[in-house]
Amino acid sequence: MINFILNNTEITTSMPPGMLLLDYIRYERNLKGTKIGCREGDCGACTVLIGNLKNDQLTYASATSCLTALGNIQHKHVVTVEGVNMDNLNPIQQAMCDEAGTQCGFCTPGFIVSMAGFCLNHQQPTYKNAIAAVDGNICRCTGYKSIERALTHITAMMQERDKQDPISFVTSKAILPAYFTGIKERLKLLASQPNGHAGKQGSRFVGGGTDLYVQQHDQMVYADINFLTNNQSLKGIVQQGDQCIIGGAATVSDLIASPLIQQYFPKISEFAKMVSSTPIRNIATLAGNFVNGSPIGDFSIFFLALNAILTLTNSEHSREVPLDQFYKGYKTLDKQSDEYVSAFRFKLPDQNTQFNFEKVSKRTHLDIASVNSALQLVMDGNIITYARLSAGGVAPFPLLLAKTSAFLTGKELTEELVSDAAELLQTEIAPISDARGTEEYKRLLLSQLIKAHFIKLFPLLEVDQLLA
Amino acid sequence: MKNIDSRTHTRGESIYLDDIPLIQGTLFGASFGSPVANGVIKKLDLSEAEKAPGVVKILTYKDITGANQIGGIVPDEPLLADHHVDFCGMPIAFVVAESTEAAHAAVKKIKVEIDPLPVITDPREAQALGQLIVPPRTHRLGDTQSAWQHCQYIFDGVAETNGQEHLYIETQGAYAIPQENNALKIYSSTQSPRATQQASCKVLGLPMHQVEVDVIRLGGGFGGKEDQANAWAALCALAAHLLKKPVKYALDRMEDMAMTGKRHPYSSDFKIGLDKDFKILAYEVTFYQNAGAAADLSPAVLERTLFHCTNTYFIPNVQAVAYSCKTNLPPNTAFRGFGGPQGMFVIEAAIVKAAENLGVDASVIQQINLNKTGDEFPYGQLAVSEARACWDKAESKFDISRIKVETEDFNKNNRLYKKGLAMMPICFGISFTNTMMNQGRALVHVYTDGSVSVSTGAVEMGQGVNTKMLQVAAFVFGIDSDKVKLQSTSTSRVANTSPSAASATADLNGKAVFMACSQIADRLKQVIAEEMHVAAESVTLKDNHVYINNEKQDYTWERLIMAAFFKRVSLSEHAHYATPEIHYDKLKEKGHPFAYHVYGTAITQVSIDCLRGTYEIDAVKVVHDFGVSMNPLIDRGQIEGGIVQGIGWMTMEELIYDKNGKLKSNALSTYKVPDIYSVPKVLDIDFLDSSYDNLAIFRSKAVGEPPLMYGIGAYFALRNAIKAFNPSAHIPLSAPMTPEKTLMALYSKPLKPDQEKNEETTSSLEVNQQ
Repeated sequence: MINFILNNTEITTSMPPGMLLLDYIRYERNLKGTKIGCREGDCGACTVLIGNLKNDQLTYASATSCLTALGNIQHKHVVTVEGVNMDNLNPIQQAMCDEAGTQCGFCTPGFIVSMAGFCLNHQQPTYKNAIAAVDGNICRCTGYKSIERALTHITAMMQERDKQDPISFVTSKAILPAYFTGIKERLKLLASQPNGHAGKQGSRFVGGGTDLYVQQHDQMVYADINFLTNNQSLKGIVQQGDQCIIGGAATVSDLIASPLIQQYFPKISEFAKMVSSTPIRNIATLAGNFVNGSPIGDFSIFFLALNAILTLTNSEHSREVPLDQFYKGYKTLDKQSDEYVSAFRFKLPDQNTQFNFEKVSKRTHLDIASVNSALQLVMDGNIITYARLSAGGVAPFPLLLAKTSAFLTGKELTEELVSDAAELLQTEIAPISDARGTEEYKRLLLSQLIKAHFIKLFPLLEVDQLLA
Repeated sequence: MKNIDSRTHTRGESIYLDDIPLIQGTLFGASFGSPVANGVIKKLDLSEAEKAPGVVKILTYKDITGANQIGGIVPDEPLLADHHVDFCGMPIAFVVAESTEAAHAAVKKIKVEIDPLPVITDPREAQALGQLIVPPRTHRLGDTQSAWQHCQYIFDGVAETNGQEHLYIETQGAYAIPQENNALKIYSSTQSPRATQQASCKVLGLPMHQVEVDVIRLGGGFGGKEDQANAWAALCALAAHLLKKPVKYALDRMEDMAMTGKRHPYSSDFKIGLDKDFKILAYEVTFYQNAGAAADLSPAVLERTLFHCTNTYFIPNVQAVAYSCKTNLPPNTAFRGFGGPQGMFVIEAAIVKAAENLGVDASVIQQINLNKTGDEFPYGQLAVSEARACWDKAESKFDISRIKVETEDFNKNNRLYKKGLAMMPICFGISFTNTMMNQGRALVHVYTDGSVSVSTGAVEMGQGVNTKMLQVAAFVFGIDSDKVKLQSTSTSRVANTSPSAASATADLNGKAVFMACSQIADRLKQVIAEEMHVAAESVTLKDNHVYINNEKQDYTWERLIMAAFFKRVSLSEHAHYATPEIHYDKLKEKGHPFAYHVYGTAITQVSIDCLRGTYEIDAVKVVHDFGVSMNPLIDRGQIEGGIVQGIGWMTMEELIYDKNGKLKSNALSTYKVPDIYSVPKVLDIDFLDSSYDNLAIFRSKAVGEPPLMYGIGAYFALRNAIKAFNPSAHIPLSAPMTPEKTLMALYSKPLKPDQEKNEETTSSLEVNQQ
């Protein structure tokens, strides 16, 4: 049985844990405000909020219900547009009406829910964060300008929050319904009740499911699933000595929010903003990105350059596999079907280490890369003592550019060296022409991204020589 | 006034097709589409699919009770393939099952053997083989042949625009419910209830009075549901008719993208001649429209391409030839602008080619050639022009000289980033080019409590037409807007509707609402005249009250309605409006097809990242000819949305078919439309209130399609930014300007003259093939 709170109602359901939340909401609960636009997490019409109780704190995050399995919402609070309705329009809805932020209206409930997520969020209620909150919502009618204007009103309204807890603020100001104040206690009660397991421990491992449900939606509903994201022992991002250890169920949003990561990668938000959208980052796991094996998996590329080492676990034992040994061919992994990624680790950068991530896609945000790349450099003065360069979209799997990395190592950093590296890497890649670009383009683009790494990390380089 | 649907939209309470409560026993459909783009069906094996759990019936062409034909303009499109398939995704069979999941599972078990035939995706190739949808059309003005000798400069070239997926967020769908005596009620997500009714009746072999099509609203249409909603409704209707059960089919996104047509890709040849002062003397253009496998609306789209082939410029000698080429793509269809944008892109490309070769800014040529009132369009109509007014106001209002200086300064001081700037004037004709379709109807009831019900042929799809209809009724009756309700669009209440399209919906239906309400109001005034012994002319209706000689009476609207009812005065009216003055002679290709034109000028500013080939739209600043906007809030939304959709078409939206006619950009993960981060940082809209009287409702000019074409400016601004980085860059005149094309152009080498022709005729469809 799965137990959760849907808006203001406790739910116990015997529907299969692999069923999608979207279908449950619309067709089992008849809540038709949550819309179906694409069923692959790319439009946001089905956005819901998921309230999660952790360390006695209730936090809300948006999620696309089209990629969220019922098993992943065990003991959580699910909020649909109906759950933010009050007798009169709430101020979020009012702002959208006043600014004509809704035309055909089909995407509107998703926007409203994402905006409610912004109001419930613990982040600073800045306009920038308000825009980021709706970065997973596609509107085909308005051109977004009216939605931007509505968001300026909503941001202004949230300025009074100050240090107050978001839930008490939004309920006291009648921004969201009063029942939100009682959810925390109700979730505690729910979790303490017996009969609270999302099915048995199945043989099919699912993290966030954001790739799995796009690719294998039909097979997943009745699959025998072992849900990893509810396993608290797989969460966490911690430092051990010079190593960073990240749990197999850590999400992209966990990574961005981690103080440890922010300390060592001050640009992490900037990098992560190029990866999918807020609701997807909220549910997608980093380990899932590795295991999906996509040749352009953003975090596969990111952590390849950091020389991440995966821990693969089954019911009997664990073993370690370096990420650069993990990929054996297109979607072929060094992983048995009974194994899952329980954690991964990498060496934290020291003060001589430089790191950069680059990605170009047709649309800058919420898109899959044409080519992406990451570079880790250890410098001794002007000498590169260690280089590790990775690239996606140029081989059947996420590629470590071993030859180019070796070429860079031990050399003095000059414009010529960068140009030579950009040329050399052409010999170790094999991009194909597809919907994300022609081979010719991907080759040129990767060369450019290598130059971009260096220009970003070393602003004193002569740009003109590199652009030639 | 705010959109009357805002409240339910923001609360998630608005009802779309998939939200209609299900009737018990409802069955669900799914289509099996052809895996091959051209071929002969040898064997269709349904045996395993029929045995699949939950399957009730699988329909093929053999089950059709009427005609297997849904072609609107030309009867060339079977509902279900019989012996031949013409495009990938062409429906071959329709599975009806107890659940959507069961229907989809069964579709996967259908096997088909098809003998493949050669696949054509390139319109020029189709034209060379004589594969045309309709005979070519030619528009002529003056005599280009003799004009060339007067030209100081002549340039020719090739210009191409790719198609565009509508990507309405609500996919296509229908829900057919059997009624007694073989009748049917069909809920459909259609822009054209009449066409959906007619197509369903033809397929079923039923008279039209047996089938009611009812539309509550659409979750976006943009032209994609003008003709292409019919197939799904006809399939549901057929299944419901045969099985005597309600049947529903809401397409999933992949089905929708693979099976439906899109904006037409065009490839065009142009030749432009100018005198020494850059006045355009002659323009010849040949359009190769990629129509896809069936006519659909292609002939009408083609016609509008010709109508807009000179955009807003007066050119004394024009020859424009247009071919509608039959290829093995899904039948391409209406999309906001309806062929106009494709025609306008080519003349802009021609001007840019001339400007680049002459070493002047394109805006120099653009502004010299803007049309003025009295100038003749190639199709014979004389302009009532706001072109100069819009252009001049845009230049002064937005300080174009400052923008130019800032752009140049930026480009001088930056190596990694460059800015580009382009002007985009537009002129768009309002009316269906098929004169017959310019008619609208409305049915208005005033109930005895004073509340008002309005039915029209207009379909609400986000453009706010229902709000405007309500404004008309409330204005004529002088009552509060909450007394008026807009009903769903039903073929039983308002018959023989024209589609909600051509930007003309508010005009046609609004005028009909105005007429119906005015006739009721006249009768009400007569009631007062008799009762109060005053002249009917002295009576006005305002603020929910009766006024006599502009003096408010202690006589409410409600009292008036009851008084009329007691006197047995009709409180209902049905009115019919047909646009006056318009006519067109297709044989002569001359006439006066448009009620009026909408003008405007956009300034587009972009920045490109010359390292990565990515870009941002910094600003779009527009002076737009609204006439006198009756709802600035809604009209602004139409402009903003149209511009962003146009920019999407010109930048990131890239349809990719492979050589086998299979759509590669078949999901939202591979077909990208603008998100909130990719829209112009600044989008300024200035309202040009034009003083001319016009045929628009309350002189509020149509606003649906024209702004899309401002987006064309983004393409040319990007081109200019690329040239700022690499002045000798080779940039084919081929839209969209994706980050890929931008990067390739930034680092391109100039072509040798003999390479040029071959390089440019490479169809954008052929790029990116695996």
